[in-house]
Formats: sequence, structure tokens, C-alpha cells
Amino acid sequence: MKNVLALVGKEMRLYFISPVFYVVAMVFLLVTDYLFYSQIVYFSSLSTQMMQFQQNLPQLNIHNVVFRPAFMNVGVILLLLVPLLTMRLVAEEKKGRTMEFLLTSPLTIMEIVLSKFLAAFGLYLLLLALTLHVPLILVTITTVPMKPLLTSYLGLALMGGVFISFGLFASTLSENQIVAAVVSFGILIGLWLIGAGGEEAASTPMGAVVNFLSLIPHLDNMVKGLLDTRDLSYFITMILLGFFLSHRVVESSRWK
Amino acid sequence: MVHVQELGKRYGDRVAVHDITFTVEKGEILAFLGPNGAGKTTTMRMITGFIPPTHGTVTVCGFDLFDHPMEIKRRIGYLPENPPLYLDLTVAEYLKFAGKIKGLSGDRLKVGFDMVLEQCRLGDVSGRLIANLSRGYRQRVGLAQALIHNPAVLILDEPTIGLDPKQIIEIRELIHGLKGEHTVILSTHILPEATAVCQKVVIINKGKIVAVDSPERLSSQLKQSERLSVTIQNRDAFNPQKVLALSGVTQLTNDPVRDGTYIVETELGRDVRSDLARVIVESGWGLLEMKSLTVSLEEVFLHLTTQEHSIESAPGELL
Repeated sequence: MKNVLALVGKEMRLYFISPVFYVVAMVFLLVTDYLFYSQIVYFSSLSTQMMQFQQNLPQLNIHNVVFRPAFMNVGVILLLLVPLLTMRLVAEEKKGRTMEFLLTSPLTIMEIVLSKFLAAFGLYLLLLALTLHVPLILVTITTVPMKPLLTSYLGLALMGGVFISFGLFASTLSENQIVAAVVSFGILIGLWLIGAGGEEAASTPMGAVVNFLSLIPHLDNMVKGLLDTRDLSYFITMILLGFFLSHRVVESSRWK
Repeated sequence: MVHVQELGKRYGDRVAVHDITFTVEKGEILAFLGPNGAGKTTTMRMITGFIPPTHGTVTVCGFDLFDHPMEIKRRIGYLPENPPLYLDLTVAEYLKFAGKIKGLSGDRLKVGFDMVLEQCRLGDVSGRLIANLSRGYRQRVGLAQALIHNPAVLILDEPTIGLDPKQIIEIRELIHGLKGEHTVILSTHILPEATAVCQKVVIINKGKIVAVDSPERLSSQLKQSERLSVTIQNRDAFNPQKVLALSGVTQLTNDPVRDGTYIVETELGRDVRSDLARVIVESGWGLLEMKSLTVSLEEVFLHLTTQEHSIESAPGELL
């Protein structure tokens, strides 16, 4: 436990001293603010229209019009940005020969891999927390349904866990950070697009399994406001898978 | 303290280390001497648990590498060839981190930290980013992380590489000061370093141990004769026959580099110094300097690793 704390502390210090995190955070906030903004403008114009025509459109709730599409788009942005945060995790250590240092100290591989995951995840949660200013402001102006908002953020957090877990895995594969980032993109885009074929594939048993692996439907459910154990188990299983793979790769270097 | 038995490492067809066996006693300083590519770093990486051996055993402080690797890692301080530094951390942050992951905490961490700061003379730079340090300082930080948990065994891979002469002396003094309290294995291809600091030398070449002994015994084993160098003032008056006539003298050559200096070779075990001095003074040649030439470790090393039979460099003119 103490080792994990020391390792997370070191990892955080390295993250905060490098410009990468700040640049990623800045770009992330600018883009997501714009995404929210454009949806809010659209919502605003819809509201005005409704007032003019005196229609009562039950679908026009702020969550569905603003947050749902915005969060899905934020997911795409995160898919592009998170690999840039995770690419250095193991690749940098291998390049700088500090991996030798960690592996010849009394640390287990689990401690090393877990602490890297936790450090990156902590930073990710910080990024998500920074987007909270949008719902906070909207709450003061109008009623915002709380439960879907909470499940949305939970979904994004879990999704981030999956991104980080596979980004960490990609980082264990090379000394070169660019390679790590690109492999990470490949895996994450793959997960994102698997279900793009649509519902037809779900008719065969194999198709149903593959469809289940697709990330979008699970995220979509949570962003809608659904708290389904199937979605939760998907996210947690995928996080553990990336973790397991990372552990194995680091361990395999011991047996060469 | 450290015992290595038939340790070997193979990469596919290439054998990097062939069945080496040696022991380092508690408190001893052992030098691993060998040309580049001999297998020194590979052996050290096996002892520290970074690379698994293909066969053989490693025992450190009674613990076997395969059974209790963690116990071994707690007791070893390792400085690889390139010090494993996080350039974006300050010296203090890095050393405290190193202490923590080696199991130190609280008071023990503070004590260890203060101790290595003083021992490696890093007090002035403790707040500086490692990226901004010179090579000499970085090497010292690397050494500090190996020492911070006061390990029983220290493994140093080329600890003085790339340092200037003054820094080399400082590091050597530091290492010498560790004798008795810590068991040290250091690798080098700087031969005077091995003689200066270590009690035992292991010469390794192409993955095999070629010789194991103390530096003095290794040198004397290769001596084929005793050699003296003598410098006289009146070289015009010099009469070689008078020197050759001395009992025990086998050969007389002049030193090709210095005029007036002669190399006198005698049979092993014969000390002709006082006789020689008397002849020189009585003949009026003016004795300026006389010294014994021992076979240097350099020559032992070259001899053992290049299998040359002659240990003499450019011989002078035979008189």
C-alpha cells in the first residue's frame, strides 16, 4: 500500500511538471465547452419556438437535448485525448531505463501497474470534474434532472477507466510514445466502432457477442439515465482486461 | 554473502554468460574486470533480478533468487551503467521516492536521506532538478539511491564512467569507505580502479571467468622476472659489463623513452638493489633514481584476455 502511494505520488509529480497534461486539459476544456455551448444554443432556440407555437413537447427536456449529445461527443474527444495522457506511462520508463530501477526494487508488478493506472485515472477524473462548471451554471437557470446527470458522469468515468486501461497496455508495448499512442487509438476506435454495423449483426449469436463489446451502446445507456448492471459489468470487465494485459506484458520482460 | 553458482545466460544461440561461479564474502569489495561485451552487466542484472538466468543459482545473504527475490531486492543497492534518474524530479524528491520504494518510511527515511545527502555530497543541489545537473552530480545521485536504504550488498556497474579525474577520486574514496560495512561488487574496465579499491578481482572475458584473485597475487603470478628501473647521471661513463657481472642479473636494456635510464632484469626472488646501488656509486656514474617495476594489472588483463605470451611492450636495445 505504501509503495502504491509512493509510486502514485511520483507519477503525479511527473504529470504535473510536464506540459502535456496542461495542454491536453486546455484543449479538452475549450472543445467540450464549445460542444456544450452549441447544444445549449440549440436548446434555447427550440424553447423559443415552443413558446411561440404553444406546443408541449415532452421530449424537450434539457438532459436529452443538451447533455446527451454533448456527452457522447465528449466521449469522442476523450477517445482522442486520453491516449496522449497514457502514452508515457510505461514507454517513458523503458526509454529512460527507469523500468530497470523499479523492477530491481522490492516492488511487485501489480503495485507498479496499479499505481500507474490510478495516477492516470485520477488525472482523468480531474478533467471530468473541470467540466462540471457547465451543469453547475445550468442548475442556477433551470431545472436539470439530477439522476441522468449522475449516471452520465459515472458512465464517462467508467469509459475513461477503459480508455486508460488500454492506453496503459499500449504503453507497455513500446519504448516509443508515439507508437503507444497510435496503438491505443487503434484499440479504442475499434471498441468505439464495433457496433457501427447496426442491429442486423445482433441476430446471430456471434454477432450479439461482438455487439456487446461495442462501447457506444453501453455509454449511451448510462448517458440516457439507465443504471444497468450489464453496462457496469461491461466497463469493469474491460478495465480489468486492459489491466491484466498490461501486467502480463511487464511480467514477460522478466522472462526474456 | 553473494554466491553465484554456474550462472549462465543464453539469448537464443548466443551465450552471453557461461556457467560462472564466484563468491563475495561479507564486507569484501570485488572488482569485475573485463572488456566491453564480456558479460559484466548481464551478470549484474541477473544478480539483481532484472534478467532471469538461463541456468545456475544466485544466493544473496542466504536467500535464493528464485525463491525469495523480494528479500534479495530489499538488501541490494544497484547502480546500473546509466543511473536510473527521473530527470523531471528534484534530487530531494527523487531520493525520497527511492527510499520509499525500498521500504523506508518516516524517521528511517529521513535518516537515510540525510545520510546519503552527506555521504555523496549532494547537500548543495538537493533542491535542483536532476535534468539541470552535470554528469558528475547525476552519477552521485545514482549512487545515493543505491545507498539510501543502507543495503548489505552494493552492485555498481561502471560507477566512474564519464567522470573527470577529480570526481573519479571522490567516488573511489566513497567506495573505499564502504569496505567492511557493505559488500560491494563493482564492474569496470579501468584497471587502476580495480587495484586501487578492491580486495578481489574477477577477470571475465567472453562470458567466462578467466581469473579470480587479489590484484597483487594476479600481478605476481604473471611475473617472469624481477625488474628494476635505474637512472644515472653520467651515461657516457656507463659500463654495462659491470652491471651484468652482478650475481642474479639476467638482462640489461636501456629504456627507449628516457635517456640514461636502464631496465635491469634479475631472477625471480633475487633482490640486487643494494649491490646495484653500490656498483653505480663506486663507479662514479651518479645514481639518480632506482625503482621496482611490477607487472601492472593492465598487463595481466591484456595477457589473460588476448592470450598473448609476451608481456613486454616495445623492448629497448639489448646491451
